[in-house]
Amino acid sequence: MRRLTPYLLALPSWMWLAIFLVVPLAAMASVSLQTGNVIDGFVMTFSVSNYGDAIGGYSTQLVRSLLYGGCATVAMLLIGYPVAYWIAFRGGSRKSVYLFLLLLPFFVSFVLRTISWGFLLADDGILFGTLKSWGLLPAGFHVLATAFAVVAGLTYNWLPFMILPIYVALERVDPRVVEAAQDLYATRGAAFRKVVLPLSLPGVFAGVLMTFVPATADPINAQVLGGTGNTMIGNIIQTEYLVNNDYPTASALSFTLMAVLLVGIFVYARVLGTENVLEAAAR
Amino acid sequence: MAEHGLIEQSAIELEGVVKEYLSHGEVVQAVKGVTLDIAEGEFFSLLGPSGCGKTTTMRMIAGFEEPSEGVVRLHGQDVTNVPPNRRDVNMVFQSYALFPHMSVWDNVAFGLKQKKTPQEEIRRRVGEMLEIVDLTGREKRRPRELSGGQQQRVALARALVNRPRALLLDEPLGALDLKLRQAMQLELKRIQREVGITFVYVTHDQSEALTMSDRIAVMNDGLVEQLAGPREIYERPASTFVAGFIGTSNLLSGTATGGVLEAGGGRVLVPGHDGEVSVTIRPEKISLSADEPAGDLSALPGTVAEVVYLGTYTSYAVTLADGAEITVFQQNAHDAATTAERGDSVWLSWQARHSYVMESR
Repeated sequence: MRRLTPYLLALPSWMWLAIFLVVPLAAMASVSLQTGNVIDGFVMTFSVSNYGDAIGGYSTQLVRSLLYGGCATVAMLLIGYPVAYWIAFRGGSRKSVYLFLLLLPFFVSFVLRTISWGFLLADDGILFGTLKSWGLLPAGFHVLATAFAVVAGLTYNWLPFMILPIYVALERVDPRVVEAAQDLYATRGAAFRKVVLPLSLPGVFAGVLMTFVPATADPINAQVLGGTGNTMIGNIIQTEYLVNNDYPTASALSFTLMAVLLVGIFVYARVLGTENVLEAAAR
Repeated sequence: MAEHGLIEQSAIELEGVVKEYLSHGEVVQAVKGVTLDIAEGEFFSLLGPSGCGKTTTMRMIAGFEEPSEGVVRLHGQDVTNVPPNRRDVNMVFQSYALFPHMSVWDNVAFGLKQKKTPQEEIRRRVGEMLEIVDLTGREKRRPRELSGGQQQRVALARALVNRPRALLLDEPLGALDLKLRQAMQLELKRIQREVGITFVYVTHDQSEALTMSDRIAVMNDGLVEQLAGPREIYERPASTFVAGFIGTSNLLSGTATGGVLEAGGGRVLVPGHDGEVSVTIRPEKISLSADEPAGDLSALPGTVAEVVYLGTYTSYAVTLADGAEITVFQQNAHDAATTAERGDSVWLSWQARHSYVMESR
C-alpha cells in the first residue's frame, strides 16, 4: 500500500490529462482522417488528403498567423522586458502593487477587452474621431482593420504573460552579483549584458512560449480588430467548425497548427540552448 | 607587517565620512563621521556588531555608496564620486556573489576581460591564480557545483587576479563552518603576505579580527570607538563598549578613594584614580586561591557558582558578596595549583596592572 501511495496521489492528475487532453486529441486525430458531411455523417477513410487540402487551401492564413504571432511576440518582448526590469529592480516596496495593476485587466473578459480596443480605435471613435475633428489627422486615416491593429491587439492581450515570467527571473538575480560585475570593471551596460541578461533568459524563454503559442492561434483579435483582410488560422478553424461544419478540415488544420508550433518551439529551444536555459533556471 | 609606526603611503584614506539614508521619511545616519588611514600592505579590520556601519564604510571605499559628507582617497587620489568600475580596488562579497551562469574559469577571468587584457595574459594569470587558491582542475565547474570553501576561494581568486591595489572583504568567512573558517583565516593571511596587497576586512567576529589583523577599527553606532593593534585593543580597550565586545571581560564599577575601589567585600587597586570608575579585568588574568592572598594585589572573596571544563582551560563563574558575577579562566596546566568545586569559597586576585580603569562618563 505504502509503495502505491505516490501513484494513487498522482492518479487525479493523470485522469485529468487522460480525459481532457488525450481523449479529445485522439478523437480529433480520428476526425481529421474522416470524410463525409454533417447530414450524412462522417466515415473513417484514413484520408490523409484532408491535410494536404487544408494546408494548400489556407497556407496564406497559416503564414500570416505565424507572422502576426511572431511580430506580437517581439513587440511584447521589447515592451515587457523593460517593464519587468523596472518592477524587479526599481519597484521597491510597491512591487506587488505594480504586479496587481498588471493583472487588473484580467478581471474583464478577454473578448470585452478586445472589443473595447475596437471602440477606442474606431475610425470615428473617441480617439481618432476627436483628432480628425481637430484636423490633426487626415479624414481617411484608420487603424482598425489593419495588420497593425491585430498585432497591437495581440500584444496588448498577452503582454502580462510576457512580463510575469521575465519578472520572476529578474527578481531572482542577486543585486550583489550585479555589484560584483561593476566591481570587476564592468560598466552598467556591460554588467547588464554579461550578467543580468543571461540570468534572465529562462524567463524570456518561458515568456515567449507563453505568448507566441496563444497569440498565433488566437481568432478573437483578428475577428474584432482585423476586419476582413487579416484573417488568421484561428478564424479559419473556427469557421470550418462552427459555420461550415467541416470537422475533418478543421481538425486537420488544428493538428497542422499544433505541429508547426511544436516544431517552432523545438527549434527555438535548440537555438537558445535548452540545457543552458534549464540549468540557469534550476540554480 | 606594518605596525602603525611604519606607515609610508596611505592606501586608503577616509576623512570625516558620513552616510545618511532616508528611511520612512526620516534621515538615518549609518556612518557618523569616520576618519581612517589605512597603510599600504596592511591587514586592516573593521570590527563591530551588525548595524554599526562597518559594511556601509566598506561599500563607500568600493564605490557602491556615495558618502553624504567627507572624502574617500585611494592612494592619495580623491575617488569620492568615482563609480566602482573605475576604482582600483576589488571586493569579496559576503555571500561570494559568484556569477552562477559562468564556469569557475570565466568567473575568475571576468575582470581581466572587462579590462581588455590580451587573451594570452588572461590565460596565464587566471591559471596562476587558480593554482594559488588550489582550484586547478575545477575550471569548468559551475559555482553551485562547488563546496562553500571552494566558492569562497573562487571569489578570492576573482578579485585578486586583477592585482587590485586594495582588496575589500565583507565577512568573507561568515558562511563557512568553524573548522574551515579557521583554516581559511590562516590561508587568507598567507595569501595576503604572498601578494602584498592591502586587505580591508569587515567582520563581526572578534577572534577573526584579532587573529589576522595588523590593525583593527572597532566600530559602534556609526563611529570608530578604537583604532589600534589587536593586542592593544584586547589589553587596553578604550571604552566599555570595546571591552565588552572584544573577548570576555569582567566589569566592576564604583567610587574609588585613594586609588582603591571597595567592591564586593574586597578591594580593587586602581592606582592614580579617584571618584567614579569602572574597571575591566580579563578572565585569564585572575587567579583563584582558597586563602586570602598576601601582597599588593586586588583581592575579592566569592563563592564558586559554576565550573565549566573546556579542555585547555576551565571557566569558573564566581559570585561576589554583592551578587556580581566574575568569570575566571584557569589554564589546565599539568601542575594546576587550584581546582575549586561548585560552592567553594574562594579568593580572586590579580595584579594592579591587569585592572583596566576607565573614568565613568
